[in-house]
Amino acid sequence: MQDNRAKFLERAMSRHHYSGDALIEVLHTAQELYGYLTPELLKTIARKLRLPPSRVLGVATFYHFFSLAPKGEHSYTVCLGTACYVKGALGLLETLERRCAKAGSTSADGKVSVNTARCIGACGLAPAIIRDGEIVGRVTPEMLEAELSTLGIR
Amino acid sequence: MTVEELFELHSEEQARLRRLENRIYCCTAAGCVSCGAEGLRSAIAAAIKAEGLEGRVEVCGSGCLGLCSKGPLVRSAADGALYGELPPEEGALLVRPNPIDRQRLAAKRLDTNAPFFARQLKIVLANSGQVDPERLADYIAAGGYQALAKAVTEMTPQEVIEEIKRSGLRGRGGAGYPTGLKWELVARQPSPVKYVVCNADEGDPGAFMDRSVLEGDPHRVLEGMAIAGYAVGAQQGYIYVRGEYGLAIQRLQTAIKQAEREKLLGNRVFETGFQFRVDLRIGAGAFVCGEETALIASIEGKRGQPRQRPPYPPESGLWEKPTLINNVETFANVPPIITEGGDWFASIGTETSKGTKVFALAGKIAHTGLIEVPMGTTLRTIVFEIGGGVPGGKFKAAQTGGPSGGCIPEQFLDVPVDYESLTNIGSMMGSGGLIVMDESSDMVDVARFFMEFCMDESCGKCIPCRAGTVQMHDILSRLTRGEGTAEDIRLLEELGALLRETSLCGLGQTAPNPVMSTLRYFRHEYEAKLASGGRQ
Repeated sequence: MQDNRAKFLERAMSRHHYSGDALIEVLHTAQELYGYLTPELLKTIARKLRLPPSRVLGVATFYHFFSLAPKGEHSYTVCLGTACYVKGALGLLETLERRCAKAGSTSADGKVSVNTARCIGACGLAPAIIRDGEIVGRVTPEMLEAELSTLGIR
Repeated sequence: MTVEELFELHSEEQARLRRLENRIYCCTAAGCVSCGAEGLRSAIAAAIKAEGLEGRVEVCGSGCLGLCSKGPLVRSAADGALYGELPPEEGALLVRPNPIDRQRLAAKRLDTNAPFFARQLKIVLANSGQVDPERLADYIAAGGYQALAKAVTEMTPQEVIEEIKRSGLRGRGGAGYPTGLKWELVARQPSPVKYVVCNADEGDPGAFMDRSVLEGDPHRVLEGMAIAGYAVGAQQGYIYVRGEYGLAIQRLQTAIKQAEREKLLGNRVFETGFQFRVDLRIGAGAFVCGEETALIASIEGKRGQPRQRPPYPPESGLWEKPTLINNVETFANVPPIITEGGDWFASIGTETSKGTKVFALAGKIAHTGLIEVPMGTTLRTIVFEIGGGVPGGKFKAAQTGGPSGGCIPEQFLDVPVDYESLTNIGSMMGSGGLIVMDESSDMVDVARFFMEFCMDESCGKCIPCRAGTVQMHDILSRLTRGEGTAEDIRLLEELGALLRETSLCGLGQTAPNPVMSTLRYFRHEYEAKLASGGRQ
């Protein structure tokens, strides 16, 4: 498994001819493969693309998409776009933060990661969340509470 | 594919569609997908099979059908009926409805003569909901790629630019720069290498127009880009699309592959000497990348930080080469302008703003969804006729332009929506997000919300924006907690003017807009929150 992932990453870099311009594409691939970006991974990418490690770290930390810490088993992203905001997204975030973890972090038991997003473009379904990569619309705090309980979160 | 083959395929596919007894279009835009559109589609497909109607009745996916709040939406081509909120078992009835089924379905039928549909004029969204975005033949049957064929075989690049100039098309990304002039600037550069970039980094909260166009009609954006490439002399295009838009990315990838296979993109487009390739670049979640120089930096694999302009991208953009950057909706307007002519386009809209504008309606409004109206339509028509008004409440303000825009109060509901009028009343056209607020919205809190957004999204390169947004956010938080003073309001205005005048890019320059516009129209709400209870 480990070897395979390294091979896929290598293939992505070679597809872009190990060009530094492709750093963001390569980081996308790396995160897809490994779930998050470890310091070793960043160092490898820097060496292969012949970029200073500072530049790779700089890019990895600049964009919200890249995560330098492992993610939880489940992920909840609350959309805080304007439409969701005026329809009560803060209540959903409050529920998740109270029961799981602060936005941008993972619960201590590693079960749930909580994040916020700046509009996921599902305004017709406000308030919306992304649960494990899937958009769920018209969510209420009660629905969330029930769902978290079935996941075994107190 | 040659031009003759394109027209052949066009008539063949049209004839095939005419032979079908019915074609059922399931909206498979992100909104309907999350309401169960896929389940509905497979139920219909299963019913077609069970009834043995394969080859006579067809089910396909389609782009956004508009009324997102009633998802999942389905359109039945045989009688043109549109259905909303259909569970899979009722969707299956559409395949061969008996009178009882018809009655059951009638309850779910949406009135397409209602103002929501009747008051719209669709140019950009003309194909949305009419074609299967994953089939090239569908797009060609709808007249797709004929504009590109016309441009590369019958027109000179200069004639294409003249046509766009005559149309009066202005950039749909928000700033409203005349598209024809921009193209001419790039075309005039002597460099042999040039780029065309499509800005699909739609970041404004409450805006989902570009996403819907990309999901519903991806070939049209590719065609618009290729025409632009021909006009300005570029051979390579990039689409910079938000990483959050998974479905749009997938549809674009499919569309690019299809177009390359049929030689509608790539070397020798329509077997002429013109070549044009398109590659995708996936954003990684940074709002500032919607700013053109930051977007360029991001395509180059760097931190998305803007740089000083001039030089502007038409002179020195991607890899220091002349670069044309337009937004998704702008490119989507190009093919119809080439086929129908610039004069036709210029006959729609107002004196200074031509054509139509797509708006994403959201917030406290009965019909959330995607609409397209001629420029110059009043806000009242948009909110109350098309949008169906504010359910169970009273209209307070409409927010346009996202974090760079402003809140428009009730007194301006009759202002025609065009670039100039919106700027005059302290908001802006922006990319097309329109969020309606009722009395329950606290305007100071709304201003704080947008400032928090700008504070988080500031790239940190220039000090006015990096420090100024933090200061303004602090003051606004203090005010919302009821701890502010009259001096705080004065300071907000001073800081706002400073950010506007000294920030490096549009993000910082426009960040104070929501504060300034709410201070202008809802100052009493600020004053009521002062620690002294409104007394000075």
